[in-house]
Amino acid sequence: MRHLIKDKEHLFRMAALFVAGIFMFVILRAVMVPKGFGTLGHYRPGALEDNAKKTPVFAGKPACLECHTDMVEKQKGSKHAAINCEACHGAQGVHATDPEKKPIRPDPKAVCLVCHTANVAKPKGFPQIDPKTHMEGGPCNECHAPHHPEKGPEKPAVQEAKK
Amino acid sequence: MEQILAGVEGFMYPNEVELQWSILIVLYPFITGLVAGAFILASLERVFNVEAVKPTYRLALLTALAFLLVAPLPLQLHLGHPERSLEMYLTPHLTSAMAMFGFVYLWYLMVVLVLEIWLDYRKEIVLMARKSTGATKLLYRVMSLGVDNISEESLRIDHKLGTFLTIVGIPSAFLLHGYVGFIFGSIKANPWWSTPLMPIVFLFSAIVSGIATVMLMYMAITVVRGGKIDMPCVDTIARYLMYAFIVDFSLEMLDLIHRVYEADESFKSLDFMVHTRLYTSQVILQIVIGTIIPIGLLAMTQLIKLTDGARKGIYSVAGCLTLIGIFSMRWNVVIGGQLFSKSFLGYTTYKMAFATKEGLLPALVLMVLPFVILWVLVKLLPPWEEEAPALSDGPGDGI
Amino acid sequence: MSEAKVDRRDFLSSGGRFLLLTSAAAAAYEHVLAGAPEKAPNYKTTEHWWAMTIDIDRCIGCGNCVRACKTENDVPIESSFFRTWVERYHVEGTEMERPEVDSPNGGYDGFREKYKAGEGSKDFFVPKLCNHCAHSPCVQVCPVGATFVSPDGVVMVDKAYCLGCRYCVLACPYGCRFIDPRTETVDKCSLCYHRITKGLTTACCETCPTGARKLGDLKNPNDPIHEFLKNHKVHVLKPQMATGAKVFYHALDGSVR
Repeated sequence: MRHLIKDKEHLFRMAALFVAGIFMFVILRAVMVPKGFGTLGHYRPGALEDNAKKTPVFAGKPACLECHTDMVEKQKGSKHAAINCEACHGAQGVHATDPEKKPIRPDPKAVCLVCHTANVAKPKGFPQIDPKTHMEGGPCNECHAPHHPEKGPEKPAVQEAKK
Repeated sequence: MEQILAGVEGFMYPNEVELQWSILIVLYPFITGLVAGAFILASLERVFNVEAVKPTYRLALLTALAFLLVAPLPLQLHLGHPERSLEMYLTPHLTSAMAMFGFVYLWYLMVVLVLEIWLDYRKEIVLMARKSTGATKLLYRVMSLGVDNISEESLRIDHKLGTFLTIVGIPSAFLLHGYVGFIFGSIKANPWWSTPLMPIVFLFSAIVSGIATVMLMYMAITVVRGGKIDMPCVDTIARYLMYAFIVDFSLEMLDLIHRVYEADESFKSLDFMVHTRLYTSQVILQIVIGTIIPIGLLAMTQLIKLTDGARKGIYSVAGCLTLIGIFSMRWNVVIGGQLFSKSFLGYTTYKMAFATKEGLLPALVLMVLPFVILWVLVKLLPPWEEEAPALSDGPGDGI
Repeated sequence: MSEAKVDRRDFLSSGGRFLLLTSAAAAAYEHVLAGAPEKAPNYKTTEHWWAMTIDIDRCIGCGNCVRACKTENDVPIESSFFRTWVERYHVEGTEMERPEVDSPNGGYDGFREKYKAGEGSKDFFVPKLCNHCAHSPCVQVCPVGATFVSPDGVVMVDKAYCLGCRYCVLACPYGCRFIDPRTETVDKCSLCYHRITKGLTTACCETCPTGARKLGDLKNPNDPIHEFLKNHKVHVLKPQMATGAKVFYHALDGSVR
């Protein structure tokens, strides 16, 4: 019996190495697996917060309307009524946090054409123009009020001054 | 960027333009395939008592180990964050085929290969520990785990356990490589990969490449050492190579015929790809040069009586072509699967860099590395019995 | 107050009265900003299940969504990295299997006219983004749990945990994922998780001028998405993939893939 164990001694030592390896793995797991991993699913719950903590760059219309209170009225009844401010004015998160940081005014020659340049792939009912033939691509707001295009120009004073 | 866009034909989803898996991922199934194949050849002798292949038994085991040690390196290099690779062990995602890699790998490395080689070589290790001095002695002492006992009974136990491990090892080898095939075959988004045949095709191509490697290595090493090539042994190996290759080729043709006949939504796109961007690597290299010609050559040695010299020549050529064919097959799977758009409307180009992290240079280094490891292993654990220390003080021949 | 003055204030007015107004707004906005999910007791992940509807008949291919997304989420500007992009389809007659598709720079710069009207062809835009699949193949294949479906139904990436193995990129049937070259980790649409948890809509929906894209909360019975789904025939991309896609397209053509 004793020599049987003796003849297997090398196997026991090898087995001990394997057990030690598995033990080390268990310890490593206990130490290194991120806290809370698996509580919500197979992931690190902290990842939810990581994804949520970024600061929005676009402020969102409600934030704009906090100050620019007259805009609802201005857009009322227009085809543009449902368009959010930042669709044309660009991201205003910085301006919303610090109103002193002034945004750049959209170029009335370019901003309208983003949507209204004619393209076959656009839905048929959507108002489209060819900037080459339509008023020679002049500033759109000379004839159309950007916030209410069904109305005439928003600022006749400016227009007249120009003329 | 413009260079990549210039290689785009038709329409690709914008994020698809750049290839995700590079030549390193081509190496990974190629190398694991060699491991699985070499092991299965070794187990032929032990489990199925094919005496003729005995001269290659230990060489096959050491080859398998050398390649297996390198197998994870291309993966590691390819990761965006190699330092996080331990996460595969810490939090393996059970639904992910890839997460199982770590465990399949460790099982195969430690339980199958290292243990089997250790048991097989234990007597030599102990004898070397007795004979040598200094650092070498210490090394062999550590490898023997400080046990000096090589009694008849202990070696008998080793042999029994070794045979058991080989039996366990065969399904493990199947698992290792079938699993690599599953990594690709289970991606439903990619019709080039998604087929239940993929694991089986991978497995048989692995066996083919492993057998070819061991055959070539055995012949090359024997010639270099000035020994005489054991022709019955090589003939037997070549015969097994041919059988395995025919099965492999039949499976691949089955897959092809099935695709052509079903001609599903992806077929036109894939068919076009095979006839254009993949023509050289798929039709010429993989099918003609890498499969039909070597099978033909091997069949010829069965049908016509040839001299030893002619057979040696044919086996060498067939073996090399086989490896080219199997490598092309891995290339066509990995790279080909990313050249077409999942919209089936366009194709991109793979531009291989040279001296970058995922370029040709590291790939070449990784292909040379197993041979360096094998050289060290052969020095440490000579697979040739005539070079092994005197066996007079122990019974049996260690197998 | 003259009309011109009002107009100026809309954009870049200064002056005492305005300062008063804006400081109040800043305070209000800070309140919005404070709402990280753990800090915002009114956002509970279990009370939402996010989805999106896209009305092809309303999409004008302006590219606002693509630009807004890149700005909002700091997406690499190069033309092979998009969290959302717009494709233009040109289908001639019965050529359902061979539509002509393009997406120059993902639609970031809009679309130059390429086709002529009245040629018997059909032309339309298709905005694409992560479908936030309920049974997502990308989540299935992630080896470590670095990508997952959040309790509120957003397929999300844990950038601090991602290995960069790229398996998910290859497993996504829609091509919605890419590797961010700056972090070497995967990146994709997060459905502006940092916005929706603060009560805002996504950047793409915020800036969509025609309301073609709309974020919806399927767990909120009052969300208009229910009305939309009830009153429109909708479709998801590649339904044969059975991924449980949650981006619902109205008026999607059969040639779209």
